[in-house]
Amino acid sequence: MGAATGESIGANRRGLLASWRRARFGDVLFRVIVAAFGLSVLALAALMLWQLFFESRESISTFGWGFLAGTHWDSVNRVFGAAPAIYGTIVSSLIAVVLAMPISLGAAIYLSEMAPPWLRHPASFLVESLAAIPSVVFGLWGIYVLVPWIRDPVERVLGGHLGFLPLFTGPPFGVGMLAAGVILAIMILPIITAIARDSLLAVPSSQREAMLALGATKWEMISRAVLQYCRSGLVGAVLLGLGRALGETMAVTMVIGKTYDINTSLFAPASTAASQIASEFSEASFSLYTSALMELALLLLGITLLVNIAARLLVWRIARSPEAIKE
Amino acid sequence: MTKADNSHSARPSRGFLVLIAGTLAATVAAVLLSACGGSSTAGSTTPSTSGSSTTTGSNACPPSGAATSLTGAGASFPYPLYSKWTSQFDKQCGVQINYQSVGSGAGISQITAKTVDFGASDGIMTDDQVKAAEAAGGPILHIPMTNGAVAVIVNLPGVDQGQLKLTPDVLAGIYLKNIKKWNDPAITRLNPGVSLPSSDIAVVHRSDGSGTTFIFTNYLSKVSSEWQSTVGNATSVQWPGDIGGEKNDGVAQQVKQIQGAIGYVELAYAIQNNLTWASMQNKSGKYVEPTLDSTTAASTGVTIPDDTKVMITDSTNPNAYPIVGFTWILAYVNQPDQAKGESLAYYLWWSIHDGQQYSKDLLYAPLPSDVVKKAEAEIKSISYQGQSLLQLP
Repeated sequence: MGAATGESIGANRRGLLASWRRARFGDVLFRVIVAAFGLSVLALAALMLWQLFFESRESISTFGWGFLAGTHWDSVNRVFGAAPAIYGTIVSSLIAVVLAMPISLGAAIYLSEMAPPWLRHPASFLVESLAAIPSVVFGLWGIYVLVPWIRDPVERVLGGHLGFLPLFTGPPFGVGMLAAGVILAIMILPIITAIARDSLLAVPSSQREAMLALGATKWEMISRAVLQYCRSGLVGAVLLGLGRALGETMAVTMVIGKTYDINTSLFAPASTAASQIASEFSEASFSLYTSALMELALLLLGITLLVNIAARLLVWRIARSPEAIKE
Repeated sequence: MTKADNSHSARPSRGFLVLIAGTLAATVAAVLLSACGGSSTAGSTTPSTSGSSTTTGSNACPPSGAATSLTGAGASFPYPLYSKWTSQFDKQCGVQINYQSVGSGAGISQITAKTVDFGASDGIMTDDQVKAAEAAGGPILHIPMTNGAVAVIVNLPGVDQGQLKLTPDVLAGIYLKNIKKWNDPAITRLNPGVSLPSSDIAVVHRSDGSGTTFIFTNYLSKVSSEWQSTVGNATSVQWPGDIGGEKNDGVAQQVKQIQGAIGYVELAYAIQNNLTWASMQNKSGKYVEPTLDSTTAASTGVTIPDDTKVMITDSTNPNAYPIVGFTWILAYVNQPDQAKGESLAYYLWWSIHDGQQYSKDLLYAPLPSDVVKKAEAEIKSISYQGQSLLQLP
């Protein structure tokens, strides 16, 4: 009896050990597989960075830091500089954010705080579907509908009344920095709206109830309790929209009117890093030319990376900052 | 399908980018090919094709043992014509040819890397490119396939098709932004009786790198020393002004929308879309409208070197439209593979003879007979281990 018990305990132990080993093995296997997937994303990013750097080394060694300040993109004389493309990228994206921010934040607040329940889901769904429209479709719409509208009345009226500002000078071509900014604004609306709405929904209801219990109006409740609470999430949403705008290619290429020049007027045709690459890559016929385009891509990646890092930091903050309300 | 649609794919480069770009290019090419295959069978009722092609075509097929598939890549401008040719040649001779319209620059790098059996380009390879290709596969041929013309289009209400007359100097002056108004004396002097507005000239150019721009800037460099020294000749240049449009349709849209605009597009695109073009003064002083005949005239009766590496812009033929260029297929003289080389040589021979009959329907200008002679000699030189691959009866 005693021996049998001892034996069964021993068998149990062995069974436990085996199952522990099995579990352990399964755990390890799982961990290795998941880690491999996780690291592959990092490896892909690193590989991309290395590849861009590798491909642009001829341009880097030829132009050095002068590439950043250079204002020419001249394949005949083999002189390339990035300044107008960087300027165009940043300015068109800023226009987009300035135009899109109030609209998408307003839409997000409405959808999360004020819209009747039957409207919330369909409207949110529609906003998010906007993000699925291919950018070349936005571009075609831009050429046929948006650009003529921007030429007349927008640029005619702006030029007529505010023509004394350097922002609104020059002939109203329609295509140009303004058209690119407007089309980008439309394209980043859904991403900002969706993320901002999620941030707003993450605010605990107790915050709202407490504010209302103190006798606050709806506006006071939203501005003091909700927006205060998740403002870093909202900033993150806007920065992610900015990151999207910086890299957008096709639609911008089709409406920006590509002129490689730094011009203060928003009416003037311009060029962005992404549109420059899209336009010229297939016909770039010598190695320095492709190399310069690659360096442009490297710079664009750098700018986008900075914006995304800033966005990440802010979005992370909201996840662990219920005490942010204390201020 | 317009010619403007099909030059979207990226140029593959080394490393893992090859994977992405290659997949993209293959997908695009597959989609385009299937689309074109569908439309060409649907529209294969063209009566002009049947009779002559069967008689000469039976002799033109490669011998048994030749490869039944070839790949090529390059210029997008001749793509609609090449895709018609490849489907016809497949029907007649059972040789499938996969042509990817990835752009002339990419075509040159792919034939240099020998990832395709032939390349195609709207421009002549530079000395550096020829050196690189010769290092990879020996001497390389430029074989002319068809002519392309660039039409200068305008948006001037009240001005009819071909009514506006421009000289080379004035066209260069407009694109250099030296001539800024339509009622500039330099323009009105050429156009008595045409009412030209006092408005600004909005100058539109291609924003993407293209063979069309190469031919256009080659012409301007020939006729204007100021253009040659300040801007020059390339598939994409630093334009003095004003706005860029993406592809032919981008340029055409800007010109259509902006009163007082001037732009340039491929002739076929201008014909298909009923755009108003200007008559250009040619080298003999005659004003000529861009048509298929005046385009073919540009390479008729002029001296063409044996290697056909010549830009025929600003032709001396008195009937020629001046902004015209060849588009070439690039192939190595010494073929590394006998079976493929045979198919290639027979296909090229078929293209410059039987293939030319499809040109006009697709709005390409056929090659004149003296250029066909030069091309024949080039194709006969294609060989495997010193033996010409073309065995004609």
